[in-house]
Amino acid sequence: MNETILLAILTIITAATPLVFAAIGELVVEKSGVLNLGVEGMMLVGAVSSFTAVHVTGSASLGVLAGMFAGVMLALIFAFLTLNLQSSQVATGLALTIFGIGVSALIGQPLIGVAYEGLPKVQIPVLSDIPVLGRLFFGHDILVYCSIALVIAVSWFLKRTRAGLILRAVGDSHDAAHALGYPVIRVRYLATLFGGGCAGLAGAYLSMAYAPMWVENMSAGRGWIALALVVFASWQPSRVLFGAYLFGGISILQLHAQASGTINIPSQLMSMLPYLATIIVLVLISRDQGRIRRNAPASIGKAFHPTT
Amino acid sequence: MYRKTVLAKKLLAAATGLLLTTFSGILSADDPFKIGFVYVGPVGDHGWTYRHDIGRQAIEAEFGDKVETTFVESVPEGADAERVIRKLASSGHGLIFTTSFGYMNPTVKVAKAFPKVKFEHATGYKRADNVSTYSARFYEGRAVLGTIAGMMTKTNTVGYIASFPIPEVVRGINAFTIAMRKVNPDATVKVVWVNTWYDPGKEADAAKALIDQGVDIVTQHTDSPAPLQVAQERGVMGFGQASDMSAFAPDAQLTSIIDNWDNYYVERARAAMDGSWASEDVWAGIDSGMVDFPEYGAMVPDDVKAAADVIKESIVDGSLHPFQGPIKDQSGKVIAEEGATIDDGTLLGMDFYVEGVQGTLPK
Repeated sequence: MNETILLAILTIITAATPLVFAAIGELVVEKSGVLNLGVEGMMLVGAVSSFTAVHVTGSASLGVLAGMFAGVMLALIFAFLTLNLQSSQVATGLALTIFGIGVSALIGQPLIGVAYEGLPKVQIPVLSDIPVLGRLFFGHDILVYCSIALVIAVSWFLKRTRAGLILRAVGDSHDAAHALGYPVIRVRYLATLFGGGCAGLAGAYLSMAYAPMWVENMSAGRGWIALALVVFASWQPSRVLFGAYLFGGISILQLHAQASGTINIPSQLMSMLPYLATIIVLVLISRDQGRIRRNAPASIGKAFHPTT
Repeated sequence: MYRKTVLAKKLLAAATGLLLTTFSGILSADDPFKIGFVYVGPVGDHGWTYRHDIGRQAIEAEFGDKVETTFVESVPEGADAERVIRKLASSGHGLIFTTSFGYMNPTVKVAKAFPKVKFEHATGYKRADNVSTYSARFYEGRAVLGTIAGMMTKTNTVGYIASFPIPEVVRGINAFTIAMRKVNPDATVKVVWVNTWYDPGKEADAAKALIDQGVDIVTQHTDSPAPLQVAQERGVMGFGQASDMSAFAPDAQLTSIIDNWDNYYVERARAAMDGSWASEDVWAGIDSGMVDFPEYGAMVPDDVKAAADVIKESIVDGSLHPFQGPIKDQSGKVIAEEGATIDDGTLLGMDFYVEGVQGTLPK
């Protein structure tokens, strides 16, 4: 039984990692006052690009880079439209998702039916052989470690660095930040591109490690779960990590419960749980003004025009 | 969303599109016969829609310049479908295939308005003078897979990744289980419902969960090759779905069920062109070629191959029906006596598990 639990945890880690990447990126974007609903589209384009790169070059690291690059490119379109041309962030983000679905399908056409054996796992000679802990902490693919390091780095950046403070200032009041001489547009550009890179990385994880293949629309709504996660985490990096493992954990344990035939919870209920949890958190934080003020970026989704 | 399939015809079609629509009644015999397809998923799903599109390509290969095919992919089942079907019907298509269950009512509705256009609706049950229905007896294929699984499982537990608890899927689980237990009465099936036709990540997770619970063969009624990839990685075996998935898991795919619409589509197109088309209800199995198989995987021993071939042949010659008694449900109640078979009506509404399936059927 212990073996089963251990294996279940290993599965949860793979299920949670793409959510961690996408959500931590979107968290930084939202902290800078930009709401990019195009996560799903950026993930898909990241997934197809990394798979293409791996297929053509055979190099996993180039694959990861290609995924990130593609995500950044899509975010660049979004940033230009919303930050320079002042288009609505919500509408542009939705359009970006639809665009991402289409363009990834187009790029991916020749890749259908192509197989890839998956990202290599990191095996550390002695440590990986420790009975339980060894398999729990070592022997994952490199991106799993990256995702956790990224959360720690983002947390440190937002709370402990001057640049992080500026980013939060821009997200809370772009007019005040502008008056103080901070480059609002540039900060938001960088944050948006970072978010795109993370979403691309999440996509790369999907097509290279989670289910190593390319099929159209393979993210299957994970971009939306990531968006929900950011709110669920009330814009706190550590809670993003917790939330991703919680959401991933619930869906995996539900499958295990079915397979073992012990507990019978409708699986439809499980698929709506992340969103239900997000709605509950939204209700809770909007009842508590202090919490909103502490964490939620005050000028999220608002267009900034430097001349007004 | 719209894609014309023959590139060279693209410009011509665009330029003459308006004329064609206006004068579609007086087209000369030299104009290609237009055939439309409505797909529920993307052609790149490597599963259900992909196989229908292969069927469309078979029509093009057979008739060449005499036909022009159009397809519309990822059409949601509902109001959008009616609009798409109506558009195809009004733009000079003489034969329209609507390839998902949820297109049933829109198809029948549009068919009423276009009595001269012929419609082929997959997996439905509503027909009209100009609406045929067609489907495949995939459960016959499941019986072949079940036989192989029963002979090859060492843990005597087989995992089944299921999409939605509808009769089509339940029928597959039962046919698989019955055939498996005929060759191995100790074997049981664990079912995991994922509530999606298509989510590679979730399908992979389900496969992992099943393997962690001790199954050594995974079969699926969802569309992506992800479960087979997991099987390959974990060193267990599995079956492909809808198409040959051996490229994804060369060491894991025992065999697969291939949805093969090619012959049916070509014949229906031919009938529509020569005027012999009539409304029919087709539910065909292995004998028609609609339920097809790739080569066995290299790991399948000869005796298993032979046993599976016997099942295929007996189903084709009618000496075996996958739902031939004695069949008991989970509670042990006899559903079909020795020698009796479950009739098509019960099969089409199947809502219970047979003996040997673990867990309870979600309703």
